[in-house]
Amino acid sequence: MARSLLDLAPGDESTVTRIGGGGAIRQRLLDMGITRGASVRCHRLAPLGDPIEISVKGSLLAIRKNEAKFVLIEA
Amino acid sequence: MPPPESPPRQVRAAIAGNPNSGKTSLFNALTGSYHTVGNYPGVTVECKEGHASRDGYRFRIVDLPGTYSLTAYSMEEVVARNFVIEQRPDVVVDVVDAANLERNLYLAIQIIEMEAPLVLALNMIDVARRRRLNIDVEKLSTLLGVPVVPTQGHKGVGKEELLAACARAATTPEKHIPKQIRYGHHLDEQVGKLAEVIRADHGLDHHCSPRWLAVKLIEKDAAVEQMVQASARDAELIRRATQQAIHSIETHFGESTEAIIAEGRYGFAAGVVRECVELPEAPGRTRTDRMDAITCHRIGGPIILGGVVYALFVAVFKVADEWQWILGKSPTAWLEWAFGRLAGSVAGLKDNLPLLHSLLTDGVIGGVGGVMSFVPLILVMFAFVAVLEDTGYVARVAFVLDRLLKAFGLQGKSILAMIVSGGLGGGGCAVPGVMATRTLREEKDRLVTMLVAPLMNCGAKMPVYLMLIAAFFPGIQARMLFVIWLLSWVVALLAAWVLRKTVVRGEQTPFVMELPAYHVPTLRGVLMHTWGRTWAYIRKAGTVILAVSIVLWAMMYFPRLDTKPYQDRIARAQARLSGEELAVEIRRIEDARAADQLRSSIAGRIGNALVPLSRWAGFDWRTNIALVGGFAAKEVVVGTLGVACSMGDVDPEAAESLSERLAADPGWSPLKAFALMIFVMVYAPCFVTQVAIWRESGSVKWALFSTGYATALGFVLAVLIYQGGLVLGLGL
Repeated sequence: MARSLLDLAPGDESTVTRIGGGGAIRQRLLDMGITRGASVRCHRLAPLGDPIEISVKGSLLAIRKNEAKFVLIEA
Repeated sequence: MPPPESPPRQVRAAIAGNPNSGKTSLFNALTGSYHTVGNYPGVTVECKEGHASRDGYRFRIVDLPGTYSLTAYSMEEVVARNFVIEQRPDVVVDVVDAANLERNLYLAIQIIEMEAPLVLALNMIDVARRRRLNIDVEKLSTLLGVPVVPTQGHKGVGKEELLAACARAATTPEKHIPKQIRYGHHLDEQVGKLAEVIRADHGLDHHCSPRWLAVKLIEKDAAVEQMVQASARDAELIRRATQQAIHSIETHFGESTEAIIAEGRYGFAAGVVRECVELPEAPGRTRTDRMDAITCHRIGGPIILGGVVYALFVAVFKVADEWQWILGKSPTAWLEWAFGRLAGSVAGLKDNLPLLHSLLTDGVIGGVGGVMSFVPLILVMFAFVAVLEDTGYVARVAFVLDRLLKAFGLQGKSILAMIVSGGLGGGGCAVPGVMATRTLREEKDRLVTMLVAPLMNCGAKMPVYLMLIAAFFPGIQARMLFVIWLLSWVVALLAAWVLRKTVVRGEQTPFVMELPAYHVPTLRGVLMHTWGRTWAYIRKAGTVILAVSIVLWAMMYFPRLDTKPYQDRIARAQARLSGEELAVEIRRIEDARAADQLRSSIAGRIGNALVPLSRWAGFDWRTNIALVGGFAAKEVVVGTLGVACSMGDVDPEAAESLSERLAADPGWSPLKAFALMIFVMVYAPCFVTQVAIWRESGSVKWALFSTGYATALGFVLAVLIYQGGLVLGLGL
């Protein structure tokens, strides 16, 4: 089972290996800088556990679990 | 520079850039305080235009919507892209956040791909310097092949240099075609081959760079595909060549083309950043991250949010309504006073031209006064929201609350609109509430928020509740108000959930939102934001509202009743009585006349005609007329009910007498009152709100829909309560 952004705990860092999903979701993730090889860091979860706050290419992003699951990362 | 005697040369400039790049403050700094604000045709995306002059040039500057990219992902992106393609501005200014260069260059690269003459505004250079990012501006300009001007938008630093660079780019466009972007050997080869096929096709509009079209086709951009297929001479040839290119790239890289091209752009951006930016040795934790640790904290986050939301509520309603120490009266009271004076000044017409007098006082002054009395609320609300937006906190609100509201098909930012509309229970107003949905970028979420925000208990519904509760629920008033408040949230959230499953169906928009760095907002920025939006409200809504209030006035005024019988009755009373008794009797006759007049007016006839239906909810003809009046504004329900009950016009602020009258009426019961309160809570938003929904959704269809669905829902709920109560034996 490939690891995705959902498997990162606050403070963890990893590298993006692949963007799954399709259409608008995929395009949006790519446009926001979540591309293969980018390093991502999980900062924290929202108070109710969703969305999560990550940083990629120097900017902070809030991303729902629904979309985060498409971002696969290095084991 | 042109010779001084020549007329000023026009330069058409468009400003592009990421949201949160400081684009709007730079636009404001360039153009000063006068803008025309409109919508792009057919969409709700706001379009601002302003002017500037320098060195004999006159600049017409359009502020494009803020976007991260120029794909067809969102309305904003399509608008920005089409503007560049169709309007062909003399120069495009891309505002990039110097402290976040890599992500911001992604958009710059796409504008470069379009081969539009480009000037890069390296904005918020001060923030970058504070973070000890050393940017080699000269080198950046060389690598991208475009002029680069460091700016600080909120202080106006660099704006003269920026205008000068725009003038140069516009006068010598041939020298300002940026460099071609290199995506890597294999991709460049495929793009080049497809571009040749496109170049050879004479059917295509060669205003668009063939290379750009090739990149877009390979990226599977549906809008460009359609455009090319519609206008190409040999569409089939291009389609085949595109598929070949896509196939070749995808087998070579084992990844889809849109990902490969995005990676190519980011790869280029990363290369540029590596070459020209010196990073501090140990970047450390940024101030923003440290603040997020507090504002997005598991426990602290919601507490802070609660405080901010409460402060917003207090600011909007207490400041605008009650603070008296600045002006001697509250702004709202000043406006009421001014309109009162105005009404007084036409009082002379009353005896000679009663029709004109009634039209002016009840129709025109009442209508325009209605609009103007919202202005202080709207002004304060926009100012508060502008501060929240400019600091970057709005994004945190969305972050903290998103999960909760997502369950009902809304999203985190919806909360602001709900609160402003009255979500805290003590009053509020759906007009600024509907306008507050502007902070939502996702079209469907925004629409649903707009449709359910009016279900909150606004300040105008309060007098109706208070009057009915005083009459039928003495002793448990606070508990009843709490129940009403709770029900408003239950109904609104469930309505949102149902709407999202039916009328506004469809996938939730992917939610990937930037949490921008915190900034201290500038007074100037906040004031310009606030005034621009408020003025647009006054101008646009004012015209429509004036027309509708005249129509509503006419419905309650025509047809006129013959006053002869009442005059005869007064004459008889005068013969019989005197002094205090006579005055009371005359008042009684006058009130009866007003009630009969109202009953026979168009609104009254509608009220009567609705009785067979409204019976099910327990409403009689008097209630119906009052509810028809409530379309204008909910507090009108109290006054109209008073007239219909022959009590003269009841002041909604002091309605004790009406409470007593209803409590004593055998036709009324607590059950009826409760059904009526729920109906008033839910049914059609007042027409000021409807106009706001019309303007904000961009379509009169949604305003009509909100009226229809809310009235139907309110009626169903009222019938369920009334009939259910009767079955349970609560009808006494």
